[in-house]
Amino acid sequence: MPRSIARRRLLAGIGAASLLAGCDSSHPVAAFLKGMLRWNEHFESLLFSSSRLAPVSPAEDLTPEQAFPSYFISDAMPFPPAGWSLKVGGMAARPAVFNLEQLKAMPRTDLRVRHHCVEGWSAVADWQGVRLSEIARTVGADPGARYVEFRSFDANYWSSWDRASALHPQTILAYGMNGHHLYPDHGAPLRLYSAVKLGYKMVKYLTEINFLPNRTGGYWENQGYDWFAGV
Amino acid sequence: MIVIMAGSGLEIFAAYPALGPRGAQYAWYPWQNVAPPDWSTIGGWLAGARQWHFALAWFLVLNGSIYLAYFFASGEWRRRLFLPGRDTRNSLVMFGYYLRIIRTPPAPDFYNGLQRFAYTSVLILVTIQVLSGLAIYKPVQLHWLVSIFGGYDAARVFHLLGLALLALFVTVHVVMVSLHPRDLLAMLTGGKHA
Repeated sequence: MPRSIARRRLLAGIGAASLLAGCDSSHPVAAFLKGMLRWNEHFESLLFSSSRLAPVSPAEDLTPEQAFPSYFISDAMPFPPAGWSLKVGGMAARPAVFNLEQLKAMPRTDLRVRHHCVEGWSAVADWQGVRLSEIARTVGADPGARYVEFRSFDANYWSSWDRASALHPQTILAYGMNGHHLYPDHGAPLRLYSAVKLGYKMVKYLTEINFLPNRTGGYWENQGYDWFAGV
Repeated sequence: MIVIMAGSGLEIFAAYPALGPRGAQYAWYPWQNVAPPDWSTIGGWLAGARQWHFALAWFLVLNGSIYLAYFFASGEWRRRLFLPGRDTRNSLVMFGYYLRIIRTPPAPDFYNGLQRFAYTSVLILVTIQVLSGLAIYKPVQLHWLVSIFGGYDAARVFHLLGLALLALFVTVHVVMVSLHPRDLLAMLTGGKHA
């Protein structure tokens, strides 16, 4: 049936044209990939719901702690500077500096959800901390601040988030893991932990949080990884 | 498109070439922590492979949607889909003929039962690839989809298994064409009696 042949020819033509476009030079390919990256970020933010919660993992899913990977970008394990504190500012009515005791005195949230790494592995731990939404309320974060930036003392590793994910009820500043205080390999004394982002968004070794009108990229995000990185 | 999806998928898999969660990798999988060979990967590194994979995934879904819409609207599904009541016997006879156990092939039709079986399997496989892929792409926002597959790490297993079966399908067809080169045209055009 000629109609069938014509259809196949059309499909083959589209395929060949897109292949040729791909071979033409590296610039259109890069532009295409960048455009699709942006498109996907948009899709991800549309898919995200502030009220949708990740299911709580059962206790038998807990990963043996020595099998839970941990990464940092410094040459050696980063240790907190003497007199460590967390600075919270940017577009906030009452910018503040918190020490660990002050954070622990705030309402505590426990989280046992599956961790999804960009590499493809998953793992589960119990995390203890304070919701970022609680901190935002305390400092009076401006509603116009659509982004939240997290900075660290791990060779200035940083990441910026969309406000909705940062203020999700399952996004916390964690000071405890599996019932003990955070160890240096998992970001002591304070790290970001969340059910709704990939691992590289959860900045460890925190020093600073800023509520901002613009997104400010991130260590991996600026190298080609997806900025939204929702799960 | 399928080649780039497979190659970038293998590059992503290479970042954690294992099945099962950390600390509890599946004992039944014989190739734990064996990375796919470099020649099979596309994208250069994890971020590049993810960009390719999530860019072309849209075109795969678009292509598949147009195809399925045509497939059902035109009535093509009647002569292409494997219907167990009609095609089971025919496909077994054809299989026996291929193995040289049965001397005479079943009476020729548009497709024989075995072809319909292979054709339908691929449609189901690609659908499973799209769904398992979405599940591991957004395991929290789509956690209902994850639970259909039995969890995040199980969905990863389905996604890799689907790739292996699709690769098998392609390999078998390339072998068959190399044995009967004159069938290549028929494969591409749909056959002269179509």
